[in-house]
Amino acid sequence: MEFFDTIIQISDSAVRLAIPLLLACLAGLFSERGGIFDIGLEGKMLAAAFLSAAVAAATGNVWLGLASGIGISVFLGLIHGVASITFRGDQLISGVAINFLAAGLTVVIGQAWFGLGGRTPPLSGSGRFANLEWPVADALQDVPVVGPIYAELISGHTVLVYVALLIVPLSWYVLFRTRFGLRLRAVGENPGAVDTAGISVVRLRYSAVIICGVLCGLAGAYLSTGLAAGFVKDMSAGRGFIALAALIFAKWRPVQALIACLLFGFLEAIANRYQSIDTGAFEIPVQFMQALPYILTVVILAGFIGKAIPPKAGGEAYVKER
Amino acid sequence: MEKLPKWADVILIPLINLVLAFLVSGLVILAIGKDPIVAITTMFDGAFGSTTGLGYTLYYATNFMFTGLAVAVAFHARIFNIGGEGQALLGGLGVALVCLAIDWPHWLVALPAAAIGGAVFGAAWAFIPAYLQAKRGSHIVITTIMFNFIAAALIGYLLVEVLKVPGSMDPASSNFPAGAHLPTFNEIFAVFGLNIFKHAPANVSFFVALICAFLFWVLMWHTRLGFAMRAFGQGERGAEYAGISPLKITVIAMMISGGLAGMMAINNVMGESERLILNATEGAGFIGIAVALMGRSHPVGVILASILFGFLYQGGGELSLWEGIPRDLVIVIQGLVILFTGALDGMIRRPLENLFLVLRKPTQNGAV
Amino acid sequence: MQSSVNKERQATAAPASPATPPPAIELKGISKAFGPVQANKDITISVAKGAIHGIVGENGAGKSTLMSILYGFYKADTGEVWIDGKLTAIPDSQAAIRAGIGMVHQHFKLVENFTVLENVVLGAEDGPRLTPSLSKARKSLTQLAKEYELDVDPDALIQDLSVGHQQRVEILKALYRKAEILILDEPTGVLTPAEADHLFRILRNLKNEGKTILVITHKLREIMDVTDSVSVMRRGEMKGTIPTSTTSPEDLAERMVGRKVLLKVDKTPANPADNVLEIQNLEVIDSAGVRRLKGIDLNIRAGEILGIAGVSGNGQSELMEVLGGYSNATGSVKLNGQELDLTGKHSDGQSRRHRGIAHVPEDRHREGLILEFSAWENTAFGYHNEPEYNGKILMDNAAIHQTCAEHMEQFDVRPPNPSLHARNFSGGNQQKIVLAREISRNPDLLLIGQPTRGVDVGAIEFIHQQIIALRDQGKAILLVSVELEEILSLSDRIAVMFDGQVMGERLPESTNEKELGLLMAGMDTSGNGGAI
Repeated sequence: MEFFDTIIQISDSAVRLAIPLLLACLAGLFSERGGIFDIGLEGKMLAAAFLSAAVAAATGNVWLGLASGIGISVFLGLIHGVASITFRGDQLISGVAINFLAAGLTVVIGQAWFGLGGRTPPLSGSGRFANLEWPVADALQDVPVVGPIYAELISGHTVLVYVALLIVPLSWYVLFRTRFGLRLRAVGENPGAVDTAGISVVRLRYSAVIICGVLCGLAGAYLSTGLAAGFVKDMSAGRGFIALAALIFAKWRPVQALIACLLFGFLEAIANRYQSIDTGAFEIPVQFMQALPYILTVVILAGFIGKAIPPKAGGEAYVKER
Repeated sequence: MEKLPKWADVILIPLINLVLAFLVSGLVILAIGKDPIVAITTMFDGAFGSTTGLGYTLYYATNFMFTGLAVAVAFHARIFNIGGEGQALLGGLGVALVCLAIDWPHWLVALPAAAIGGAVFGAAWAFIPAYLQAKRGSHIVITTIMFNFIAAALIGYLLVEVLKVPGSMDPASSNFPAGAHLPTFNEIFAVFGLNIFKHAPANVSFFVALICAFLFWVLMWHTRLGFAMRAFGQGERGAEYAGISPLKITVIAMMISGGLAGMMAINNVMGESERLILNATEGAGFIGIAVALMGRSHPVGVILASILFGFLYQGGGELSLWEGIPRDLVIVIQGLVILFTGALDGMIRRPLENLFLVLRKPTQNGAV
Repeated sequence: MQSSVNKERQATAAPASPATPPPAIELKGISKAFGPVQANKDITISVAKGAIHGIVGENGAGKSTLMSILYGFYKADTGEVWIDGKLTAIPDSQAAIRAGIGMVHQHFKLVENFTVLENVVLGAEDGPRLTPSLSKARKSLTQLAKEYELDVDPDALIQDLSVGHQQRVEILKALYRKAEILILDEPTGVLTPAEADHLFRILRNLKNEGKTILVITHKLREIMDVTDSVSVMRRGEMKGTIPTSTTSPEDLAERMVGRKVLLKVDKTPANPADNVLEIQNLEVIDSAGVRRLKGIDLNIRAGEILGIAGVSGNGQSELMEVLGGYSNATGSVKLNGQELDLTGKHSDGQSRRHRGIAHVPEDRHREGLILEFSAWENTAFGYHNEPEYNGKILMDNAAIHQTCAEHMEQFDVRPPNPSLHARNFSGGNQQKIVLAREISRNPDLLLIGQPTRGVDVGAIEFIHQQIIALRDQGKAILLVSVELEEILSLSDRIAVMFDGQVMGERLPESTNEKELGLLMAGMDTSGNGGAI
């Protein structure tokens, strides 16, 4: 029974940790399906985490915080858009620049506003997203197996968790069952086809980076106002890059993205739980557990687990042929 | 007909981009309620106002020359190496292992050995992503980012569990032997009876970096390997036609790149801290990206851009000390420089090209 | 000449009476410049409704630019577009589609991993939800397929379709958007003669339904076969419009280039000696597992030009790549009696060069040259490891520079400036730089692909003369070209490739375009007449 409880606890934690990855991964999915590579997910998430926590701390209203987080993330996404769509700059370099901008600005502005060395004041009450208790969760708590699964795993997350999980089927529907999705996928594969069909490549790609910005904003806001209670320096901690890896793992498909993110969330949950535990026979160093997601990402990228073919026009600015 | 005169491409555009980056930085400083003019004078004073400040500026510049050249080598082969940070961390390990291996008799012996140690470790760390890209098609940008994280974890583990001085709480290696001490600028100038660059960490590694920059130039424009790397950078099809192996060139370019990044450790690990500490690189690997972009991947440009960033780093430190602006402002400026010189290059370039086209037309007609 | 003037006069006079319908398309005074290049100069043209109208001209004459303006892909600097007698602004492709114009581009604008249906619907959806649009398009496609011989499986992925079928999808796209005017840019470049004939049938059906069709091409046979009237463009200018019935291919060719062209190349009969190249059972399987070469047997003797004819994409490129050393193969290739390494570490461009194989590749811009390198650096490209360009450690840049200057003089490259970037030379001069580099080292075998693609007329003659001179020095030459005329006039022997196989060998003096065309389509012409 103790083992079962442990599993439930780790799974619960895995879901929480998977959510920011999932949101960022779906953000990347929309962007890259539209032909815009985005290694600036990390930066957008970080900026959103900071601003949502900052605004929530100042106003005590987490919803205002969320809106601000989304706002800054979309703004950074638009910078990426201007650089890579309008001025046809290098999408990778633009992403790197955004990561640095976010890393620096969050600390500089955080220090100016709060004087806490880049942190925001701790959030509490209406400044955070509260956990939603599902009906009769308490009553079911003691029912074996089903009880803990319902009460701990399914119930008791913040609203953003459920929103993120709903975005998965929604993304699938939008991508594969709507006019917008058809056009978005087309512009990531062959923008020339879209252009000659009389649809604006530029407008489509801007929509892609804006959606990407919104989802990264949600991811960041969840980090600082849902998962944690306030912003700390560099709190995205490479999640934007792991989300990219999950995206590749998922071969740019929403449902597979959910599975990949849950896997990475699970790894992180295990690492968090067992970092100080000595297994007896041998000891897995804590640093190894921390590095495991990155190592796994490299293994995935190396194609040892299936071959991933990215959208064909990804990373390339669209120039009309002469 | 070239679209732009060479001077405009090499000097004017980087300069305009730089000015733009600084203007936006100024706005950031204004936005947090500080005076940009005061900030820039504070930075300038701190970086160039004394030989001590200058010594720090050049010390940082030395780091950036190594990492900037590292990124630039890869750029020539059209490979984006974001892994300079991890490679420099591993380079630090290599330098530390060499320095701690024996009781070195003299720095002239220790320096080449340590430089090789750093370069080998850095190159080895770059080898894996390069091989995976060339052989398995895994995107080198993502793998090198992952390798930065893995390197940090690895060094952390080694410092805490293996290299730490027994009984100490400090996650750092023991101090290097006296024979591995590199002469600082202060000590060098003391030979001439001058007491300048007091307490500054700038050391002979600066000259090693300059030599590397010269060798970089020779390599790129006067050897077949450089020719092959630049040709490969212009397109894989062409390289295959010419009999240049993509696998070989990707691996070699990345190993030279990683080697240069790893060599940085002779400056920060051997020259300054004289032991291996956590996070010894302080982001220098990333600054290499900005430096290479700013310097148009040319050694002279890289040297100038390194000094610029050395100034920003040293000046930025002064800012946090006197003006209460966190040093992270430098990261903002770094991001802006990468944004304007790298990603938004077309914003300036295309209008300029049109401008030069218009300017040129009358002279053409005049000649006919 | 008289008739063309009359026609032009007719074209510019705006018809007033309702009895004669206004022309479907009228372009008036269209000009367009790309930077310093004037692609279109004051172009005026009129196309009657329900006509098939051809526009001919050499590569770079400005045909595609003009059509792209009509389709709203580019904005003209000056000039007016009149559709059905109404002045129409076409700022973008959407406006062109609304004006009833459809375009089939030379390089198809299809999404490869989409189905036919999805490609047809893209941009012409009925609402935000996809499913109703798709089912409506499905019905419509069945209808169109019946009407115009345009059968394609609506659920097939584009990447699985043949080129001919892909082109039908492009036509379907236009028709689905209710196009009344259809523009086809070099529609037969990638088609077999049989596929081209099918296309022409489709075009005639469309014409009978009252559609107006514009065909851009540089192939005169098609113009003569299918069009009612034809306009000739040269160097960005319109050189006149004439009814097809009053002209001949020779007449059109002369108008296109502005002087009499030598369709025949002067050459003496070949004196072939021993075999230089012997290819046996050569097989290539690409990374996707597709067999690109299916057992090729060929040989070339010293002092002989073997021409490979074929529609592009039938294995010619793969053959060149294997011989050039940059793709792996199985089978046997012997050069002067000695085996070439087809898979191992001597299977690369450099090893091939050391064995005496020179290679002028099909794609000059992506393979033969590095456009961002200076001309002198391109002189060493592929030969950068050779001893005469290197000291012990450093490259001898001065020696390379010197060699380049010599090449430029011998081959009359203009401007003769070795420091200029390759990008800044014209197509013909770029090709001369490559050719000079490759043949100046006395190779035993020259591989040359599409020698005159994108090359101006003056340079074509020069390049052809160089190839024949090389043959007369006793070298073996493998020539790959999609231009049948070029193959027929240069080759001493012709092999036709189709679907990774050699369909047969012919002698140029005892064959003709028709026979070669059948072979290129995979038809056996050797007597039993059966198709494969």
